[in-house]
Amino acid sequence: MAKVLVVTSGKGGVGKTTSTAALGAALAQGGQSVVVVDFDVGLRNLDLVMGAERRVVFDLINVVQGVAKLPQALIRDKRLENLWLLPASQTRDKDALTDEGVGRVIGELRSRFDWILCDSPAGIERGATLAMRYADEAVIVTNPEVSSVRDSDRIIGMLDSKTVRAERGERVEKHVLITRYDPARAARGEMLNIDDILEILATPLLGIIPESQDVLKASNVGTPVTLNDADSAPARAYIDASRRLMGEQVAMVVPAERRGFMNRLLGRRAA
Amino acid sequence: MDVRADTTRQLVRLRGRSYVAFVFSPVVPIVDWLGEIDATLARSPGYFVGKPIVLDLSAVDLSSAAIAHLLGSLGERNIRVLGIEGVEEERLAANMPPLLTGGRACVITRNEPAQKSEPEKPKPTSLLLETPVRSGQSIVFMEGDVTVLGSVGSGAEIVAGGSIHVYGTLRGRAMAGVNGNSNARIYCQRIEAELLAIDGYYQTAEEIDDSLRNRPAQAWLEGDTMKITPLN
Repeated sequence: MAKVLVVTSGKGGVGKTTSTAALGAALAQGGQSVVVVDFDVGLRNLDLVMGAERRVVFDLINVVQGVAKLPQALIRDKRLENLWLLPASQTRDKDALTDEGVGRVIGELRSRFDWILCDSPAGIERGATLAMRYADEAVIVTNPEVSSVRDSDRIIGMLDSKTVRAERGERVEKHVLITRYDPARAARGEMLNIDDILEILATPLLGIIPESQDVLKASNVGTPVTLNDADSAPARAYIDASRRLMGEQVAMVVPAERRGFMNRLLGRRAA
Repeated sequence: MDVRADTTRQLVRLRGRSYVAFVFSPVVPIVDWLGEIDATLARSPGYFVGKPIVLDLSAVDLSSAAIAHLLGSLGERNIRVLGIEGVEEERLAANMPPLLTGGRACVITRNEPAQKSEPEKPKPTSLLLETPVRSGQSIVFMEGDVTVLGSVGSGAEIVAGGSIHVYGTLRGRAMAGVNGNSNARIYCQRIEAELLAIDGYYQTAEEIDDSLRNRPAQAWLEGDTMKITPLN
């Protein structure tokens, strides 16, 4: 059965788009048929991270407004044949999305894919509310810092009140994904640690993505991190998270970045 | 069995309806006045056709025979009089239009051809943009060409009825000839476009040859294929 999953956060810049791409790719690598939908109208970026920005013709707004048909706007990933992208528009107003239009598109996507991953814009405005509106599950992306955690708490409140499921009296299944986690700095008290975050948010943990240069590297070459180097620490963390989404029991480890021999010789990198 | 059909009584329905009638007020000498009417008819022969006409005789003192003669003269000009007012009933014969009273004045505005106002400035057929077009901006100009002196950023969009000229780098989308103008072209100083379209035919960045990148280029339609070649 199709599942609609929204990747959201309160604060911007915590890694929603990177996480959407990585989780989408990881689910597709696991054999699921997946579409990632960019809801960040006006500031589209998912197409860049997916490396499909050069193939965009029609976008979500065109489909919502009925200018284009859904198959015209869907872009198939070049590396994985069961991974698709529905890009956002940069030129349209974010108010161009309508509740009914989004509902119709999500309904159409449900009949074609196993997973529909919605990359939400940051904040609590209309765009974010529409992205989560039809969600069955939510991944709340959080950095180990107080502002991010507090905003995530606000978003969880919205997930419990503003979604179709919530209005029907059902639950949106929620998961917290902690990104940019550095165990060493957390140990020194420079970051919130995992327990504190989970205590504040009171939501089950989906995964911990370590701070790593691989993430930036992958997104700059337009490849989801799990496809770029499936063996890297963040990739392994995302793959574990995707298996948890599919209901598998995977032990939670904090994957540390593997250091090469030269790195070990040269000691710590400058942060 | 006795079948008795009731004759259903037909109801007479009375409805009010008002028409605007022309009122003719003849003045002496009647011959000159008729001459005026002839002049009007000469300019537009159908002017009084189908329009209700009321004759106001209050300004002149005509005998019954004179009224009959006047009606005859108007009849010759195909002007049919609906009613007469401003005269004693005794003077009207049985074959004349009925006496009307209680008419209310109204102003008839003639549909004069509107005064020619200032000749309208012809709409501009090209749009000049002196500043760069930024990501997220959408410039739509259906009337003609669009010229951009700066660059068109990635995620920006230019939609033109005519051709598109970019004197900087074209990184965003350019859609020319959207009104069905297949002769429209796209010119740019450096091509990095996300999408080029002319009259509905398009190519995405991926289909544009890499050897063209970063060079001056133009795109046009040849039948239903889009050609992109370097300039110079």
